Amino acid sequence: MLASFLQFSMSGLTVGAIYALVALGFTIIYNASDVVNFAQGEFVMIGGMVSVFALAAGLPLPVAGLVAVIAAMLVGVALHRLAIEPARGASPVVLIIITIGGAFAIRGLAQVLFDKQFHKLPGFSGEAPVNILGASIVPQAFWVIGGAALIVLAVTLFFERTLLGKAVLATAANRFAAKLVGINTGFVTGLSFLLSAAIGALAGILVTPITLTSYDVGTLLALKGFAALVLGGLGSATGAVAGGLILGLCEAFAAGYLTSTYKDAIAFLVMIGVLLVMPNGLFGRAQAERV
Amino acid sequence: MARFLANRWISLALVAALIVLPGLILPSSYYFRVGALVFISALAVIGLNLLLGFAGQVSLGHAGFVGIGAYAVAILPARFDVPVLLAVPAGMVLSALVAFVIGRPILRLKGHFLAVATLGFGVLVAMVLANEVGWTGGPDGMSVKRLEIFGERIRQPRDWYWISGTLLLIGMAIAQNLLASPTGRALRALHDSEIAARVAGVDVARIKVTVFVISAVYASVAGSCLALLNGHVTPDAAGFLQSVEMVTMVVLGGMGSLFGSIIGAAFLVILPQALTLFHEYEHLMLGILIILIMIFLRDGIVPTLHRLLMERRS
Repeated sequence: MLASFLQFSMSGLTVGAIYALVALGFTIIYNASDVVNFAQGEFVMIGGMVSVFALAAGLPLPVAGLVAVIAAMLVGVALHRLAIEPARGASPVVLIIITIGGAFAIRGLAQVLFDKQFHKLPGFSGEAPVNILGASIVPQAFWVIGGAALIVLAVTLFFERTLLGKAVLATAANRFAAKLVGINTGFVTGLSFLLSAAIGALAGILVTPITLTSYDVGTLLALKGFAALVLGGLGSATGAVAGGLILGLCEAFAAGYLTSTYKDAIAFLVMIGVLLVMPNGLFGRAQAERV
Repeated sequence: MARFLANRWISLALVAALIVLPGLILPSSYYFRVGALVFISALAVIGLNLLLGFAGQVSLGHAGFVGIGAYAVAILPARFDVPVLLAVPAGMVLSALVAFVIGRPILRLKGHFLAVATLGFGVLVAMVLANEVGWTGGPDGMSVKRLEIFGERIRQPRDWYWISGTLLLIGMAIAQNLLASPTGRALRALHDSEIAARVAGVDVARIKVTVFVISAVYASVAGSCLALLNGHVTPDAAGFLQSVEMVTMVVLGGMGSLFGSIIGAAFLVILPQALTLFHEYEHLMLGILIILIMIFLRDGIVPTLHRLLMERRS
């Protein structure tokens, strides 16, 4: 009883940590530029795929990971420069379609550059499961949860303790006012894409030993990350992380205790359910409409 | 040109010409198939445009209704011996009911929240279709009984070209009528400002649900036609990509332009057919094309042309 509960909790937290990182990436870009970036899942894919192929090319794992993060950051900047920036001022629907187009293009590029197979990274500290109170847990799960916690901490510190981070926050609060006090808002938006891409890639590297990766894993991750983001309340970093963890746990418990056929449906059911009761998400503030 | 297109009868005649003239000269059944696909997509896109372009409500899950319509004509005749001709309206009724039930709570949401809730709906429909293997055949889909009229099996793409073309014309006429009615004026009021519409006495919740139901029925009919044309359905018909493609067609043709819906559908149906030549690069090129189109034609093809014409005149 306790063993299975612990088992499901750990697998829920592991998946949830990845959703949380995807949702965090969504939040950073949304706050800086009002764009919901549906290519966020592709950064996770790039993180996994590039490190797999760099490793196969003979690079040691840490270097392969670094290469993958840099690759994702380059793609992130390219996406911002070539697709988002030229469409500045377009309506939200148009911007969403542009990022979906971007996701298509990135996926198509990965399909051409790599292949259509599933790939796996070796676990960072072996594959032998650890037995805790009867639950058997792969060591990589601790890497995912610990790594995600570190990333969230680093991002929080960046926003609260550095001048650059505060510039991003100021831009998020009021783009025009930020410009008036001398913040280069264009640079800040680019930076937010860079940061989100790096977070996504790190998530991809952490999770690939458990869930495998292929050129098309990005879509479902982006959808669930978006669900987590909305569940938490659009624009709130705490909400994004909480939303991700809650979705992961719901999924794991539903799959464990109810049915695994509809594992992927749980995220959306929970999200729709919460939205119907709380139309602004768990941590979102009600907004008055300006007439 | 603008005033020309604004006249209901002239624009209907134009659409009819666009259906009949190619129908007389198309060389092979491959082209008739592509033409039928254009008309079927256009029908669904006109419905979505009523919701997105006129009422200003986003739906990223409209393919869910396409899926319901498609599987209605697949499941009802195969499992319950319902005649195909009755299965189509059954799908319409089912779609309308689903849209009515989920519409009221979901349409209270705004902006990105509405987008993700409708997205969730579409994904859920696709998941049910993929998982209920006993009913739907699972991810591989199931075959669809052909339509029979007077004992004659309708399976030629040429026949479907004319059937879907006729349906498109009817759908266009109904949409025009709707827009010219008091409901249509309420829709446009809603698009400009929800609060102002409410102050002016528009029952906002009711209008939103009404147009959501209507657009769901359009999508359902399109789904039924698609299934009957192909003779086979898969859950991809209800998938997220399908929903995105529909929204892209609306924006590409022009939000709030019925004629644009046909242009947008034609563009995005025909283009990938041409791109299959480079099938390795199909995804990549489609993605890049979507980005380019949205950057340079973000107001839609028909409104952009319209503006260019007006500028030249003045």
